Amino acid sequence: MYHAIVFFPLIGALVAGLLGRQLGPRLCEWITTGCLAFSALLSWGVFLDGGGESLRVQVATWFSAGDLSVDWAFRIDTLTRVMLVVVTTVSTLVHLYSVGYMHEDPHRPRFFAYLSLFTFAMLMLVTADNLVQMFFGWEGVGLASYLLIGFWYEKPSANAAAMKAFIVNRVGDFGFSLGIFLVFVLFGSVAFDGIFPRVAELKDASFHFLGYDWHALTLACLLLFMGAMGKSAQFLLHTWLPDAMEGPTPVSALIHAATMVTAGVFMVARLSPLFELAPDALVVVTVIGGITAFFAATVGLVQNDIKRVIAYSTCSQLGYMFVALGVGAYSAGVFHLFTHAFFKALLFLGAGSVIHALHHEQDMRNMGALRRHIPFTTAMMAIGTLALIGFPFTAGYYSKDAIIEAAYASTRPGHTLAFMATVVAALMTSFYSWRLFFLTFEGPARWVSHEAHHDDHAHAAVAHQADGARGHHEGVAHDDRGHDVEPASHSAIEHHDHAPHKPHESPLVMTIPLAILAFGALFAGLIFKDRFIGEGMEAFWGPALAHGPDNHIMHDIHSVPKIVAYSPAIMMLIGFVLAFWMYIRRPELPGALADQQPVLYRFLLNKWYVDEIYERIFVRPAKDFGKFLWKEGDGRVIDGMGPDGIAARVADVTRGVVRLQTGYVYHYAFVMLVGVAGLISWYMVSGVPKVGH
Amino acid sequence: MFGLGILSGLLIVPLCGAAFILTLGDETEAVRRNARWAALATTIVTFVLSLVAWSRYDTSTASFQLVETHAWLTETIRFKLGVDGFSMPLVLLTTFLMPFCIAASWNSIGTRVKEYFVAFLVLETTMIGVFCSLDLVLFYLFFEAGLIPMFLIIGIWGGKRRIYASFKFFLYTLLGSVLMLLAIMAMYWHAGTTDIPTLLTTRFPVGMQWWLWLAFFASFAVKMPMWPVHTWLPDAHVEAPTAGSVILAGILLKMGGYGFIRVSLPMFPDASQAFAPLVFALSVIAIIFTSLIALMQTDIKKLIAYSSVAHMGFVTLGLFTLNEQGIQGALFLMISHGIVSGALFLCVGVVYDRMHTREIAAYGGLVKRMPLFAAAMMVFTMANVGLPGTSGFVGEFLAMMGAFKANPTVAFFSVFGIILSAGYALWLYARVIYGKLEKPALMGILDLDLREKIIIAPLVALTIYYGVHPAPILDTFAPSTEALMQSMKTALSTTQTAAVVPPVAR
Repeated sequence: MYHAIVFFPLIGALVAGLLGRQLGPRLCEWITTGCLAFSALLSWGVFLDGGGESLRVQVATWFSAGDLSVDWAFRIDTLTRVMLVVVTTVSTLVHLYSVGYMHEDPHRPRFFAYLSLFTFAMLMLVTADNLVQMFFGWEGVGLASYLLIGFWYEKPSANAAAMKAFIVNRVGDFGFSLGIFLVFVLFGSVAFDGIFPRVAELKDASFHFLGYDWHALTLACLLLFMGAMGKSAQFLLHTWLPDAMEGPTPVSALIHAATMVTAGVFMVARLSPLFELAPDALVVVTVIGGITAFFAATVGLVQNDIKRVIAYSTCSQLGYMFVALGVGAYSAGVFHLFTHAFFKALLFLGAGSVIHALHHEQDMRNMGALRRHIPFTTAMMAIGTLALIGFPFTAGYYSKDAIIEAAYASTRPGHTLAFMATVVAALMTSFYSWRLFFLTFEGPARWVSHEAHHDDHAHAAVAHQADGARGHHEGVAHDDRGHDVEPASHSAIEHHDHAPHKPHESPLVMTIPLAILAFGALFAGLIFKDRFIGEGMEAFWGPALAHGPDNHIMHDIHSVPKIVAYSPAIMMLIGFVLAFWMYIRRPELPGALADQQPVLYRFLLNKWYVDEIYERIFVRPAKDFGKFLWKEGDGRVIDGMGPDGIAARVADVTRGVVRLQTGYVYHYAFVMLVGVAGLISWYMVSGVPKVGH
Repeated sequence: MFGLGILSGLLIVPLCGAAFILTLGDETEAVRRNARWAALATTIVTFVLSLVAWSRYDTSTASFQLVETHAWLTETIRFKLGVDGFSMPLVLLTTFLMPFCIAASWNSIGTRVKEYFVAFLVLETTMIGVFCSLDLVLFYLFFEAGLIPMFLIIGIWGGKRRIYASFKFFLYTLLGSVLMLLAIMAMYWHAGTTDIPTLLTTRFPVGMQWWLWLAFFASFAVKMPMWPVHTWLPDAHVEAPTAGSVILAGILLKMGGYGFIRVSLPMFPDASQAFAPLVFALSVIAIIFTSLIALMQTDIKKLIAYSSVAHMGFVTLGLFTLNEQGIQGALFLMISHGIVSGALFLCVGVVYDRMHTREIAAYGGLVKRMPLFAAAMMVFTMANVGLPGTSGFVGEFLAMMGAFKANPTVAFFSVFGIILSAGYALWLYARVIYGKLEKPALMGILDLDLREKIIIAPLVALTIYYGVHPAPILDTFAPSTEALMQSMKTALSTTQTAAVVPPVAR
């Protein structure tokens, strides 16, 4: 059963990938989608009647060396089941949606093979029974993400974004790998069954690393969390996520919203027995989560690309989840992961539908008034927006409120910061969500003047491509007015239709997934809240999530002051009013505000200049240093002192001799040297007395 | 047969093939064709023979197997062959890669075809000889004799700067080998024999071990190659013909590692432990520095060559961790790197045969015309990066894990390698394979033909197979590694009781 869930997507990927040309795109689409749907049905089956028990399914052994042995095995508990449902459901819907969205692309078999491959890797990640298999899935989803972001390989910006995603994730994996090594050294095992029962023994162990004596578990958790920061795009390692929007929109929905980016959250939840005994590491998780929630929301306020707004929103919501984990409310974090998957996938796919309707226009400044033309998409986006901002009784309402309350109720250091950050971020979430909604669906239709705009932007796009060719990747190119221009929407590949046109509603294969996700976004919270974070919690989770003896956070959240409980709703309302005021009633206000506060505006627009700083302090020095080592180190010092000095002389001599004799002089020189070696050998053999010892 | 064992057969068959090719007449088209087929047949027969040897090999024991000994120079220096867990996989790797080299040279070698294949077959004999020798003198002879055909292959069939490259190659290796020869003489004087199994149980005085270790180190470090004696490798790779690069990266680089595990670690355990920090330092420098250098290369082959140096840094790192994970990881990485880097050079050969340039800037957008090639290249690139699920991961991971056990700081720095390798490998891939196909010269480029598909497909399959199921190789290493650990432990403990040696600093 579990084998089928995990391996069916792989079968789909292999069939589409290897036989794609023979089968043709249509067949590949339906085979992969069918495999996924089957897998999703089974997942719902085990989710709904699974109970809380935990079991282990051995598949095969992977490798062993000395006392290390690594298996291919599944660990099935409630956490796994939740993830199985999330991954397979969203993946199935995204497959289905892509049938419509990608129908003009000549490389559909490849696309579907990648999607299914991604799903397989993700399933291996969430079912992993040990850290190394988790790392396999971890890197596997990274590979699939790399391939899918760079799917339109002719776009320099897409290639750069794909590479950036992989490499930034590798920075996270740097920590993850070290974390695995440390866990192995501490526990003598990498399997969860070998680690978790023994954590208490090592509660006070210390480990000497890089000149400091660390609390061993804290160090392990921090290293592992570094991996989570990379994959879940947390502050400092978040830079790849917005750029990843270069990929096709269904990819953004599946990988960069609903599933892969939540892998870090999953990892911390999975390792909760470890983290519970490393309170200092949890403080770091809380603080990083809080900063990310706040930071990403601020940047989301001013972005003009519809996908980037949602991308920053994802980043911000992931911060919420980490806040929940950090204060020990693991179930609330995972619950938000669960609900977020529905409404964020819905928002992305809805945005895809908008982009599809406008023939690959992604700049919200070129949208507006779409409500009348694509009413169904508008309705779906409205539902997604309501769920995201936490409108009462939608999915986001239950999970987000629980997180904010938990951040308040916690007594751990850093919780105040996290609480403030999440509350302010809630306001900003509401603002940018409604801003997106109003700019896209309300107001005047700016897409009629599409053509005029197009010329204006075209040269910026060209400039950007030239930029990319020089090897310097910048996410944003600036035109004269200081607005950023998104190159993605202007590339020749996506932008095949230049004539003005009427927006059109998407076909049924695209709207059905939207409707299903909308159902989830509306009701997933209501239906499942009791199991995830309510009365049925203990029975539901079973042993999947650990709570220390003094961790009562899930009870304490019921006794927070009224004002705290209502704060998300108040923030949501303020955000709505502000957005309504600025984008419906007084549309000239945002521009005036930007002119009035140019420094702040540019700071936000350029994403706090993190990319630029990294380019300056990491990328360029690495390249310069590499060049220095090559030319000066290898070239001048090593070769100059050693072989070149000698070789140059030899070559001179040889060249001289070549003029005297014909043929390959160096053969003779060589034979001579061999002769010398032979002579020495002979001496050795004959001249040595046979001494017995 | 004639009193010779199967290992002798492995040495003799390539020589017979070489002799046969030499008897062919003047260089006409028919002769060339015959030479090619003869070489291919010979290498395939050798491979099959090695599989027979493998089937007779018992993976559960650490002792030398298939041992045969013949009278040779003296009573104490004998022609003794045998394999154990360390050498058997390397023998198989050698015989496995040879047919690919022959096939890769099918059309690209136009001059002196006979001699070319003779050189390759002789080279095969010497390489197998290195891994099978159970006598140090024999080992030395094969170790150095392998230089000659390789030197000729680069010097005659190489690129523009072939003479410079072949001399650089030669000078470096000669330097090391002289010292190794002296060390072997010293060992003979001390122990009265050059029989490897006997030497493995001989305890050399600690002071002597140091000098012997350093002398062998000089030779092995060059072959490895370790920083800072690595600069011959990029030049040799760039100038060598494709098949030469494959053998160079696939097999010759492994001789250094094999030397460490066969000679340095077991025979000089005290010195190995004492010098481990030096090896760690050089390995970490190799991993970080050469990765950064690889990042800036403009020549595809040079980039892969530098990445090989970085990977060999993981091998030396793993070997000297002196724990099971590190050593087995290093050994596995040697096999995996043999397959993967060999395959990468074959891939470079594919486009070089079409475009006759190795400049990265001359390419771009190949995936449009060569989707199969792009897919194969992706698999090898990912293996080079060490993606789990490819063979590249297992070795690197185990080597780093071993390093972490031995010295966390060293491991910390070595892990930078996984970030940098992603950087240079993906950047190379993006510049060559992705992007727009807009260079006029590339417009008519063709995807893999049947011969190339036959060459590449098994390598893709093995890269993934050993990534998912590395047990066949790892289990072969395991008993020998265990025995080595055991003998080193007893050796080191006796030394420590004899003279109080300060524990190795963490």
